[in-house]
Amino acid sequence: MKTSEQESIGGANMARRSFLRYAGLGVASAGLLATAACHKDHKVIVGGGIDIGAKGDLAILNYAYALEQLEAAFYIQVITTPYSGMTADEKALFTSIRDHEVLHREFFKAALGGNAIPALTVDFSTIDFTKKAAVLGAAKAFEDTGVKAYDGAGYLIKDAGYLTIAGKIVSVEARHAALISNMLVAGSFAADDQVDSNGLNKSATIAEVLPIANTYLKTKVSASNYSYTA
Amino acid sequence: MNLFNIIDEIEKFDPELNDRLNPRRAAIKNITSFGSKVAMAAVPFAMGTMLKRAYGAAAAPTVIEVLNYALTLEYLESSFYNTGAASAGLIPAAGASYINTVKDDENQHVAFLKSAITASGGTPVTSPKFDFTAGGGTGEGPFKGLFGNYNLFLKVALAFEDTGVRAYKGQAPNLLGNKDILTAALSIHAVEARHASAIRQLLGVSPWITSTATLGNDTGVPQVNGNYDGEQNVTQGGVNLTTLPGVSGSSTSVAVATAAFDEPLSMDQVLALLVGTFIYT
Repeated sequence: MKTSEQESIGGANMARRSFLRYAGLGVASAGLLATAACHKDHKVIVGGGIDIGAKGDLAILNYAYALEQLEAAFYIQVITTPYSGMTADEKALFTSIRDHEVLHREFFKAALGGNAIPALTVDFSTIDFTKKAAVLGAAKAFEDTGVKAYDGAGYLIKDAGYLTIAGKIVSVEARHAALISNMLVAGSFAADDQVDSNGLNKSATIAEVLPIANTYLKTKVSASNYSYTA
Repeated sequence: MNLFNIIDEIEKFDPELNDRLNPRRAAIKNITSFGSKVAMAAVPFAMGTMLKRAYGAAAAPTVIEVLNYALTLEYLESSFYNTGAASAGLIPAAGASYINTVKDDENQHVAFLKSAITASGGTPVTSPKFDFTAGGGTGEGPFKGLFGNYNLFLKVALAFEDTGVRAYKGQAPNLLGNKDILTAALSIHAVEARHASAIRQLLGVSPWITSTATLGNDTGVPQVNGNYDGEQNVTQGGVNLTTLPGVSGSSTSVAVATAAFDEPLSMDQVLALLVGTFIYT
């Protein structure tokens, strides 16, 4: 039953290394083979960048890991070089968001283990971290894109445990997105730039999201098996 | 036929019924306690599902059942905000655009889910009755007076939004791989999370759920502790998040670990939290 499965995924005693096998790459031997194949795939350098690898859950998790690396690096920079006039309240909120994103990054890194893509090198040269408007604008773009990315990739996930974990993260990204939007324009937390006329958050494909992410990455990320090569 | 008699009948050949149904039994007793003779024919979808799922552990809900469950939750939220918006003097000018946005979204969710259910070959359930005081139909519940008390109204709104986020999250595995319906459900899920964040900002509490090691609920409203139970979880996919490094240390606090991940609720859990208090027959 779904409930007990979720509970046991969250069980404190499960060894970290069993995560991938447990959460559904099927039978252990086949799963490990698939894992090994993925491992090689995403290490292949594509024009100086990396690829999230063969189609499957590991690729989707690495896609999420790439986006979380980008978000974490962004908020680390926001706190390291605060914009002019950042209030104590704003700093506390950005610090919390930074810590959430760093934890998302560290979680994927730990969960993926040897299957993780490498650390990405970011390029924030287009963002003026001294200006509040620039930082909020970039933060909104990162959060909104993150929400759309998780929502758009959810159906590609084959394993219920992974899907639930993605769900656990995306709602926190949406909480961030709503806060940042309201900091820019009060009451814009679900405005029609992000939410359609059915009351649904917009979603985006991997091929739509990665080109945006790559504008902030020196290490370009491709998803050749999901119709996008940087 | 009285629903409570049915429970007693089942109990005769299932002595473990109490364990199976425990929170639900309390909810059912609430209904009978205010004297309603519940005809089986009148038992709403929600109640039927509740009983079925106590016994039918093997059967995952169908897509239609998931959508009708979501529709029931959206009926609850839309009715709540429609009533709030229609309550003269309740919502101050500063909050009006916030509440109206949320209200409009919830009404759109109702319309969208109805059409999605019909398009999927199902029949949308009708709305159950609601008692937003959580009084099970008495209007005398712990949140009595909420439509004349903005702070209380927001607190109930927040419980609904955070619970809604958990409820949608809990159904995602039942829609695994379903491109259209899962994507739509995740998209509503994200909007409910946006709402939860915004309502939290109106209330002046953190936009995300920051639990302690022992208490999931960070809202300061003890009546809804159950709605947040489980949010204190710090283990994801077998990884204890508190053992992972942060920006400036080798471990992560419980506050960060719980805030960075929201937790799901099963259909049974959500219905137990709502039926007999906010939802009645």
